[in-house]
Amino acid sequence: EISAPWTFHNLQELRHSASLANKVFLQRDYSDGTTCRFQTKFPSELESRIERPLFEDTVKRLNIYYAEAEKMGGQSYLEGCLACATAYLIFLCMETRYEKVLKKIGRYIQEQNEKIYAPRGLLITDPIERGMRVIEISIYEDRGSSGSCSGSSSTSGSSAR
Amino acid sequence: MSAVMMTRKVRKWEKLPGKNTFCCDGRVMMARQKGVFYLTLFLIVGTCSLFFAFECPYLAIHLSPAIPVFAILLFFFVMAMLLRTSFSDPGVLPRALPEEATFIEMEIEATNGNVPAGQRPPPRIRNVQINGQIVKLKYCYTCKIFRPPRASHCSICDNCVDRFDHHCPWVGNCVGKRNYRYFYLFTLSLSLLTIYIFTFNIVHVVMRSVNSGFVKTLQDTPGTYPFMLVCFFTLWSVVGLTGFHTYLISLNQTTNEDIKGSWSGKNRVQNPYSHKNIINNCCEVLCGPAYPSVLDRRGLMRDDLSVPTSALSIVPGLCLQLESSYGAMFPLQKTTAPLIPNEHTPDDAKPSMADSAIAHAEKRSPSPREEKLPTLPKSSPTPTKVPPLASPETDAEASIIAKDKAL
Repeated sequence: EISAPWTFHNLQELRHSASLANKVFLQRDYSDGTTCRFQTKFPSELESRIERPLFEDTVKRLNIYYAEAEKMGGQSYLEGCLACATAYLIFLCMETRYEKVLKKIGRYIQEQNEKIYAPRGLLITDPIERGMRVIEISIYEDRGSSGSCSGSSSTSGSSAR
Repeated sequence: MSAVMMTRKVRKWEKLPGKNTFCCDGRVMMARQKGVFYLTLFLIVGTCSLFFAFECPYLAIHLSPAIPVFAILLFFFVMAMLLRTSFSDPGVLPRALPEEATFIEMEIEATNGNVPAGQRPPPRIRNVQINGQIVKLKYCYTCKIFRPPRASHCSICDNCVDRFDHHCPWVGNCVGKRNYRYFYLFTLSLSLLTIYIFTFNIVHVVMRSVNSGFVKTLQDTPGTYPFMLVCFFTLWSVVGLTGFHTYLISLNQTTNEDIKGSWSGKNRVQNPYSHKNIINNCCEVLCGPAYPSVLDRRGLMRDDLSVPTSALSIVPGLCLQLESSYGAMFPLQKTTAPLIPNEHTPDDAKPSMADSAIAHAEKRSPSPREEKLPTLPKSSPTPTKVPPLASPETDAEASIIAKDKAL
């Protein structure tokens, strides 16, 4: 069961009425090689804040987007060969496929934050801001009710493996 | 002595740790020692200029004008690849911010359990299974991260680089995931250019000798021979290097792994990244997606600068204005040393975490700034816009910044 002592409904209210309680970091999943994938393990700190299927859905969708960006296929080969033929000068005016997908990911994270995470007092940081190493999830608490939320009590332990 | 915290916007590259130099306001990124890179430029440009000046007119008339045309195209391709390799971000991994570093430390302590006093804690290693092979991820004490597979820390540039190949002094930069293909194409095209110039040098000498005799030919065109000698020697090293990297690409290995013997086959270890097919390996390395830089060198960030209050008393009345505008946001703090740009500050997460997280959630590096500022040398910061969270005391801010520039 998820208690909701917070009252903010969007990112703007989050800024004005919340204080940062904790941050959780989702690590990369290297089992498939060096391609970009994040672990879908549900952190214990978020158990009281968000439903597990919603969260796993977000991470899985992000993984799908990254796989699409790094996909080795006809389009990426064509882009590579064309760029090589122009001595890569074409990259000065054209956006690469990866950059297009990254923008899509940025919009998706923004949308997820607005619709799902901010109303629950959470905020996802785009992995590109952290060097594509982690998905950082910030946990907020309502300023008026410090200590009453269960989110702050989990700082002593880490997600056990 | 007390001070007031001022805030202004700077480009992120000015605050990046590591030993890189940046040019063109963050667009160009190189290592600190650039001497050998200038030598490379000089050798290539010098040799080609002499070829175009002395040999091409003769060859164009007596053989074909296509010869110098092709040489020019090849020359431009070589220069483009060289500059791309030297100026781009090789795939630097940014260092962990304090919260991430703390989180990882907590995880390490939880994994290690209680270490008896006096005993050294176990080495910080994470084991990952990739394609059926156990790969050890090492912890980097400088960057405070567990390095991704194939990443390595370059001690010359003081950065962790993804898919680190080697640090090349000839191009004045590390060679990593993002610029490996440019580096390979540079060595390949340089090999072709060197062979091309050397061959046509010989053709030119032979043709002239047939007409006027060997000794007279040597007397007519003395300038090219020193550079022909340079060509001859560099030919072997560049062609050798190209051959070596072709071998590495076909096996999907990096120079770093080859030197360490990571996948040499002893203890039945095999390269888990290889597709076991030469064509697939080549395609992945040379025609794979163009990875973007994760450094965001040209993004704007807030920089806190402590200005001693004694300096402010020069402008009467400003002190009060500043306190009223900034006092609520940034309480008066004791000054330690003025924040010098490009110095390695321990972290740049001084503004409140909540604000920076939310600012990032709302937008990432904004569009290039519109206003034109006078170009300043890299060591002095260029203040841009008033930060959105501060109250709009633009007059106070502008006069402080003007005084700062004058100092």
